[in-house]
Amino acid sequence: MVKYFSCSGFLKSSWDQVFLAFWQRYPNPYSNHVLTEDIIFREVTPEHRLISRRLLTKTSRAPRWAEKFLPAHMAQKAFIIEDSVVDPESRSMTTLTWNITHARVMSIEERCVFSVNPDNNNWTEIKREAWISSNLYGLSRAIQKFGLARFKSNVSKTMKGFEFVLARMQGETPTRTLAESATVKARETALAAKEKAKDLASQAQKKQYV
Amino acid sequence: MNSVGEGCTDLKREYDLCFNRWFAEKFLKGDRSGDPCTELFKKYQTCVQKAIKEKDIPIEGLEFMGPSKDKADS
Repeated sequence: MVKYFSCSGFLKSSWDQVFLAFWQRYPNPYSNHVLTEDIIFREVTPEHRLISRRLLTKTSRAPRWAEKFLPAHMAQKAFIIEDSVVDPESRSMTTLTWNITHARVMSIEERCVFSVNPDNNNWTEIKREAWISSNLYGLSRAIQKFGLARFKSNVSKTMKGFEFVLARMQGETPTRTLAESATVKARETALAAKEKAKDLASQAQKKQYV
Repeated sequence: MNSVGEGCTDLKREYDLCFNRWFAEKFLKGDRSGDPCTELFKKYQTCVQKAIKEKDIPIEGLEFMGPSKDKADS
């Protein structure tokens, strides 16, 4: 069974600004769960569309109640693929994002269409759809529910991140002060250290069982 | 933003800078003149694709705009 979710929203910036921000949105203060970002494929088609594949590493924490059902060595990171097509002629961008690891436990696929808002050409509309499924016997319903709740909270972070990056591009913001940047950097370093410690701990645990 | 390959981040930044400029100033404006960033992209890809192999990240054989196709119609 697949849980389906859809919503739409808008950004108060023009399509070209939003598309540009799309490639520059990491890091931002709302993206602490995004650890790495890479373009692994890119091409301009003969129809002058830009197609790209981005590989992201995100932290992926299971809810505490689910931890005891999951393999102890399960990585605390998930790899995500984000494919996109940018069409400057129709002023639209379509993205498809899905996780390529832990997909049996929980798989989330998200499709977004960005286009010019018909009521205000200086704004950009985003239509979002998501499909959430789990193949974990006996727990799939609970995991889907958790996945949907987390997905919704991530959508709001994504939108805040976008707004932050757009404001920075348009020179309105608060480009972050040095002190703030240092705090973010420290948080990232701490997070990386925590992940490493967890990896080591789970490796140590595994060794005990061998 | 960091690359998944620890040693690739500088190559990625150089490429990103080049790409963002081209994307904003040429591509989005409908200018079809060639992409000036291909050399930087190649260097960056050599590095990152090696890191992906070393880390066993399962990116092989994934169809472009892959898994949702069948669901998108329903």
